[in-house]
Amino acid sequence: MEVSTAVFYLIALVTVISAGMVALSRNIIYSAFSLLGTFMGVAGLYVFLGADFVAAVQLLIYVGGILVLILFAVMLTHRITDVKITNRAAGRIPALLVVAVFVVLLIQTIKETPWMKAKQVVFTATTATIGDAFLYDYLLPFELASIVLLGAMIGAVVLSRKEIKE
Amino acid sequence: MSPNELSSYLIIGAILFSLGMFTVLTRRNAISVLMGVELILNSANINYVAFSHFSSGNSAGQIYAIFVIMLAAAEAAVGLAIVLAIFQLFHSIDVEAAQALKD
Repeated sequence: MEVSTAVFYLIALVTVISAGMVALSRNIIYSAFSLLGTFMGVAGLYVFLGADFVAAVQLLIYVGGILVLILFAVMLTHRITDVKITNRAAGRIPALLVVAVFVVLLIQTIKETPWMKAKQVVFTATTATIGDAFLYDYLLPFELASIVLLGAMIGAVVLSRKEIKE
Repeated sequence: MSPNELSSYLIIGAILFSLGMFTVLTRRNAISVLMGVELILNSANINYVAFSHFSSGNSAGQIYAIFVIMLAAAEAAVGLAIVLAIFQLFHSIDVEAAQALKD
C-alpha cells in the first residue's frame, strides 16, 4: 500500500470518527472540539482532490472563524459554575432509523452508479484560476457575496447586543 | 475505497451528511443543531470539489465550494447571534424552551 493511500485512509477515519463524536458526545465542549477534527479532515480531503486554495480557505474560515465563534457561543450561554454542560438529545431511536435507511440508500446508490474514471490529473496551483474566475465569470455572485456578508454582520451585531434601558 | 475513486469521496460525504442530519434531528441544544448544519454543509462541499476534480477539470466546483463556505460563515454569525438573543430572553438555549409564539 502506498503512503498516500494510507494517509487518505487516516484522514477519512479522522473525519468520520470526529463527526460521529459531534453527533453522539454527551458534552457540548467535546462536540465543539470534535468539530475541529472534522474540519481539518475535510481540508485534507480537499488537498487529495487537488483543491489547495479551498483547503486553505477551509482552514482559515472554519477552524479560525466558525469554530471559535461556536466555542464563544458555548461559553456565553453556559454559566461557568455549571459543572455539567449538558447536550441533551431526544428521539434518538426514530432519528437513528431514518438516518440509517437514508445512509444505506445513499451508499448503495453511490456504489451501483458507474462513475466516470478519473483522467490523468496534473496537480497545479488553483489560486490564479479561481481569482480569474471570480473577477470575470462570477463577478456578480462575488459582489453579491460581499453584500450578504455585510448584511449578516450588521444583523449579528443588532441581534446580539444588549438592550439599553433608559 | 482509494484516493483515486470518486465513490470513496462520495461515501465520506454521505456519512458526514447522515451524521449531520442525526445531530440536527436529535439535539435539543441550539448550538449543537448549528454544528449539525455545519457538518451537512461540509459534506455538500466535499461533493462539489470531488465532482469538479473527477469530471470537468475546471474550477467551477471549487468556486461553488468557496461560496458555500462564505454562506456558512454568514449563517454561523447570524445563527449564533439568534442563539444569544434566545438565551437572554429565555435563560436557556433548549430549542423547546423558545415557544413564545405558540402561546
